Amino acid sequence: MGIRERLSGNEAAAIAMKQINPDVVAAFPITPSTEIPQYFSTFVANGAVDTEFVAVESEHSAMSACIGAEAAGSRAMTATSANGLSLMWEMIYIASSLRLPIVLSLVNRAVSGPLNIHNDHSDAMGVRDAGWIMLFSENNQEAYDNTLMAHRIAENKNVLLPLMVCQDGFITSHSIENIELVEDEKVKEFVGEYHPEHYLLNKEEPIAVGPLDLQSYLFEHKAQQAEAMKAAKQVILDVAKDFEKMTGRKYGLFEEYKLDDAEIAIVCMNSTAGTTKFVVDNLREKGIKAGLLKIRVFRPFPVDEVANALSHLKAIAILDKADSLNAAGGALFEDVTSAMYVNNKHVPAINYVYGIGGRDTKADDIESVYNDLLEIVKTNKIDNPYRYLGLRREGDK
Amino acid sequence: MEDLIEIRWHGRGGQGAKTASLLLADAAFNTGKYIQGFPEYGPERMGAPITAYNRISTKPITIHSNIYEPDYVVVVDDTLLESVDVTSGLKESGAIVINTTKSADYLKKVLKGYNGKIYTIDARKISEEALGKYFPNTPMLAAIVKVSKIMTDEELLEDMKGSFKHKFAKKPEVIEGNMKALELALSQVKEI
Repeated sequence: MGIRERLSGNEAAAIAMKQINPDVVAAFPITPSTEIPQYFSTFVANGAVDTEFVAVESEHSAMSACIGAEAAGSRAMTATSANGLSLMWEMIYIASSLRLPIVLSLVNRAVSGPLNIHNDHSDAMGVRDAGWIMLFSENNQEAYDNTLMAHRIAENKNVLLPLMVCQDGFITSHSIENIELVEDEKVKEFVGEYHPEHYLLNKEEPIAVGPLDLQSYLFEHKAQQAEAMKAAKQVILDVAKDFEKMTGRKYGLFEEYKLDDAEIAIVCMNSTAGTTKFVVDNLREKGIKAGLLKIRVFRPFPVDEVANALSHLKAIAILDKADSLNAAGGALFEDVTSAMYVNNKHVPAINYVYGIGGRDTKADDIESVYNDLLEIVKTNKIDNPYRYLGLRREGDK
Repeated sequence: MEDLIEIRWHGRGGQGAKTASLLLADAAFNTGKYIQGFPEYGPERMGAPITAYNRISTKPITIHSNIYEPDYVVVVDDTLLESVDVTSGLKESGAIVINTTKSADYLKKVLKGYNGKIYTIDARKISEEALGKYFPNTPMLAAIVKVSKIMTDEELLEDMKGSFKHKFAKKPEVIEGNMKALELALSQVKEI
C-alpha cells in the first residue's frame, strides 16, 4: 500500500505532475515555486515523461501557452507564485471563461509590494473570483493528493473549469516531510486519458474559441460558469471517494478536526491548520473543547456545509492569511460569516489577519486565539471582530 | 528516543547547515521516524548567518512553525556565538553541540549561563583529516546523532553509507572520507 517517501512540497507537486504525464507544461520560474518546473524539466530531459515543456518568457505567456494547448485538445499544467500569478491575471479569466481545465500548482506567496518572497495567501485571494476551482493543502501529502485528483475534477463534463492546487510557500514547499506516494501505474489508471468533447484540432468539428461575446450572450455564459462551479462540489466529493478507495486517504470539502463536540473553533487553510491541530490536542488535554475546520475546497465555497458544521459552536475565529484592506475583514471571514447568515445560523465570529509576508505563526499565537474565544464565550462580548494575530505594535520587541 | 525531538541549526551560508539538517532528516526517516527538515529562508548569502530546523518524532508531525524551544542546538560556526543568541529557548534538559576549539571557560561565558549540557567537537580537524578539506556538516551530523541518541552509531553509519553512495554517485572517491569523518566525529564529540 503506497510508497513511503520523504519529499518537500515542491518535490511532491513535481512528482505528481510526472505521474500525470501531461501533454504540455508551460512555466516561468518564480520563488518559491521555481523548483516545480525545475524538477519537472529534468523529468522531461531524462525521458521520464513525454510532455512538451515550453520554457516561456513570462507567466502571461505560460498561461497563454496552457490555454492554447488545452484549446487544441491536450492536457496542460503550470506552476507559479505571487507576482507570477499577477502577471497571469488577464489569462486566468480567459482560461476559466473558455472552460479549459488547466491545472496550476500555486505555491502561495505574498504579492509585492514591498517586495517579499515569503508565504501568505494574497496571491490566491487575488483570483478568488476568477472562476477557478481552488483546493488548499495542509502539507506535502495534501499538495500531492490534490494534484492527483485535479484533472478528474476539472475535466469532468459537468465542470470543465481550471483548477489550482495551493500550498504554503517555504513552510511546506521547502520542508522535507514524510509522504506516501501512489504507484505510477495506479496514478495513470486513476487520472485516465483526456478526451475533450470539443477541441480546436478536431477537423470533423471546426469551432471558434474565444470569439467576441457581447450583450446578447456574455451574461448567459457567465451564468454557465457559475453553474459549473456549483456542479464541481459533487464531482470533487465523487473523485475523493474514488481516491479513498485507492489510497485509504479521505478527503471532503473541508476537514473537521475534533469539531463534533467542540465549543470553540478556528477556521483556516493550508499549513496553519496543522499547527492548529497540535494546539487543539494540547487544549483537549486541559479539558478545553477546542476544534478546527480546515477549508480544503475554497472555490466552490461550501456555503451550506460550512454553516452546518459550525452551527453548534459557542464562538469561532476565522483566520485570513491575506488582508482584504477593505476595513471589513478578510476573504475567508466574509465567506464563512455570509454562509452562516444565509443559513440563519448565528455564532459569534471574529476575524484574524495573520502570517502576512511570512510572519511565522507559532503554536502560542494559535493558543491565544482560543483564549480569546473562551473570553468571548464567558463575557458574551466582542469588542472588535477585526483583529490581527502576530502583528508587532509600537513598544513590542 | 523521546516522542518528539526538536533541533535548531546555526551556521553560515555555504557551510552546509541546511544540507546537514536534510541529511539528518533523511537518516531519521530511514530508521522509521516521522521527520521535518526545513531551513529558515532569508536573504541568503555566502557567509551570512542561517538557521535550519529538524523535528524528529515517533508520531506524525502536524505543527508547521519554526522551533522556538529546541531540545538541541547545533552550532556549525563558533564565530556566531557572539553575534547570534544560539541558546535562545534551548531546553536545559537538552544540549548544545558546538564546532569549536575554544576553551570551556570562554564557551560558558559566551553562552550566558546556559545550564544544560555543552558538547564540543573540532569538525575542522576531523574534516581536514578525513576529507582533506573543510566541510563541517558531516562531522556535525554525527555529533548531534551521538548527543541526541536519535539512532545508534551503527544505524547512522549504515544509513549514511547508502546515502553517500547515492549522493556521490559521480565522485565515489569521497565516500570513504565522509564515512571516516562520521566515525571520527562519533568518537570525538565530548561534553565540557
